[in-house]
Amino acid sequence: MAAPGSHRALTGRLLLFAAGSFAFGFALVPLYSVLCKVWDTGNRWYGTQTAQASVVERPVVDRVVTVEFIASVPHAGDWEFAPHVTSMQVHPGKLYSAEFHAKNLTGMAVVAQAVPSIAPTTVARYFKKTECFCFRPQNFARDESREMPIRFIVDPDLPPDIDRITLSYSFFDLPRTAAAGR
Amino acid sequence: MAHADTHAADHHDHDHKPSGIGRWLFATNHKDIGTMYMVFALIMFFVGGAMALLIRLELFKPGMQFFDPGFYNSLVTSHALVMIFGGVMPAFVGLANWMIPLQIGAPDMALPRMNNYSFWILPFAFTLLISSFFTAGGGPAGGWTLYPPLSLQAGDSFPLTIFAIHMMGASSIMGAINVIVTIMNMRAPGMTLLKLPLFCWTWLITAYLLIAVMPVLAGAVTMLLTDHYFGTSFFNPAGGGDPVMYQHIFWFFGHPEVYILILPAFGVVSEIIPTFSRKPLFGYDAMVYATASIAFLSFIVWAHHMFTVGMPLSGQMFFMMSTMLIAVPTGVKVFNWTTTMWRGSLSFEPPMLFALAFLFLFTIGGFSGLMLAIAPADFQYQDTYFVVAHFHYVLVPGAVFAIMAGVYYWLPKWTGHMYSMSLAKWHFWLSTVSVNILFFPQHFLGLAGMPRRIPDYSTQFTDWNMVSSVGGFIFGFSQILFVVVIWQCVRGGEKATDKVWDGRMDGLEWTVSSPAPYHSFETAPEIH
Ligand code: HEM
Ligand SMILES: [Cu+2]
Repeated sequence: MAAPGSHRALTGRLLLFAAGSFAFGFALVPLYSVLCKVWDTGNRWYGTQTAQASVVERPVVDRVVTVEFIASVPHAGDWEFAPHVTSMQVHPGKLYSAEFHAKNLTGMAVVAQAVPSIAPTTVARYFKKTECFCFRPQNFARDESREMPIRFIVDPDLPPDIDRITLSYSFFDLPRTAAAGR
Repeated sequence: MAHADTHAADHHDHDHKPSGIGRWLFATNHKDIGTMYMVFALIMFFVGGAMALLIRLELFKPGMQFFDPGFYNSLVTSHALVMIFGGVMPAFVGLANWMIPLQIGAPDMALPRMNNYSFWILPFAFTLLISSFFTAGGGPAGGWTLYPPLSLQAGDSFPLTIFAIHMMGASSIMGAINVIVTIMNMRAPGMTLLKLPLFCWTWLITAYLLIAVMPVLAGAVTMLLTDHYFGTSFFNPAGGGDPVMYQHIFWFFGHPEVYILILPAFGVVSEIIPTFSRKPLFGYDAMVYATASIAFLSFIVWAHHMFTVGMPLSGQMFFMMSTMLIAVPTGVKVFNWTTTMWRGSLSFEPPMLFALAFLFLFTIGGFSGLMLAIAPADFQYQDTYFVVAHFHYVLVPGAVFAIMAGVYYWLPKWTGHMYSMSLAKWHFWLSTVSVNILFFPQHFLGLAGMPRRIPDYSTQFTDWNMVSSVGGFIFGFSQILFVVVIWQCVRGGEKATDKVWDGRMDGLEWTVSSPAPYHSFETAPEIH
């Protein structure tokens, strides 16, 4: 049987292993972002949340793609938030615009942020926005309501099997999000 | 495997035990701690079982009968947490405490004081968890997987649940370290790793899995906690986080966790089947390597729990293939157990009956797992009762039956008495028949589209739900027999011989007297 001293050494190594696993759990956070980028998934990459510097219009008139809009509010009752139209037929390569309506019902002035998401996730890189209310936080006075635009173009290189793109926005109210974490 | 000189172990019956409550509070003896773990697990099985029966009660008929949906969801959530972390895991740690020193010829576990802490954390952890039922907003109701944002919308139960999970994690990491140090450092001279009994092998590998993934769970729930209270945004899209990332981190823990629940069961069954087949285990080395490959593969399959979150096709293909690959070493094990019995001279004592039921019914769970692994099919099955049927087949007639098999196998060694074979067989038959009445119909319900975690359902699901509930109540109440058998066996009964069973008794544990003396193997046995 081994001496107690070697128990201590092995126990120490195993505790270190456990600490390493704990750290690894947190390391998964940046790793996840990197892998999403590499594997082309996740919604934040490829321009969903940043403006395209320049786009060239070259419409493909014989192709029609349905773009659907979804708006959601994680905290029911706090906001009115909805797209003006729920879907559009678009030609790839042509610039379109759409509007969302938002009204602040939180009873105070707030800064809100819309977070976009696209399905199927792999088309995110082909969906380009030149303007979007999601690019920056939005200031709302108490009870203020506003129409908010987006301008987008679907890349003509969109894979041929895709005929439907769903664009969804969730509307978060920032100060409270930061304070309560939910 | 190992044959030993027994003289060292014989004359210890008269050695003194600490008396009174202090014996248990300050216990450092592996047998005492093992007993406490087993008793704790048994109590938790009944607590979790009571929750399960309430669930089956609500589901007996469509419509809302007894509970409001929030309470129903907290029953479902805490049933799972109690059974996994309070029932199955402590039961296996209890078996490890009792049996590993006896099987490797060591006088005790390597770190007795840590052993004491790791046990005594548990009652506090579960008191915390269960007390959360009485806080504003009720118990945790977001599912045992604690997905955000739902889990963050809980009331005051939220921090209690998180702390309880931290404590359970700390307890099982300590238990795992203890197992590894014991097995690595305290084997009797001559017991090389490839002579180690399979129960020790599977536990050794399980312990490494525990140390690798329990801290990841601790990290994930800590992130939930800081998201909730300290304004971080790990999983909060408003701050640039992503709730799907939680699922990845959780299942990186979660899939190895299901193997943590089943590998020691494989070990128990690998001990029992050779005994009652009167043949050595077929393919011992293959069993060891299969266990190790299952453990390794379990790290690269996690996203089969999240096929529907929107993964790229290549990701779905990868996780589908790697998941199916696990079926290969698992198949090797099932094959080897079956081959061990081939042309063996079989007898059907209660431990063997439970081991055989394990073999058949766990395999059914493996098959439904393979169906779920088919990514396109899983889009249909996800979050239905088919998944519920799958994991209950691997966990109840799988892990839980293996625990019962182990208890029936080693109980005479612990108590020194034989138990009532006929009562144990009644327990077996009632459990085995009813567990199938309980869970088999859930396959049908799931394929027909009944969602899980919902207290109400459409009327076309009524019949099979009634059948399932009836099975559930028979199964639940049959377990009282288990307690009766154990109780009688502790109190008295026919004296057990040292070898206990008339079978092929290979292990060192059968060389000590029955009941196993309070201090055993103070001089290491020699392995020939
Ligand atoms: C051949 C082996 C196995 C395969 C191929 C397999 C496959 C799967 C798959 C694909 C799922 C996800 C289903 C879904 O959510 O749509 C699943 C769920 C599950 N499996 Fe397995 N499994 C296997 C063995 C096991 C074992 C041995 C256990 C535990 C002892 C287990 C426990 C679970 C649990 C608890 C869940 C559900 C988790 C939850 O969503 O709450 N499985 N399995
Ligand atoms: Cu899994």
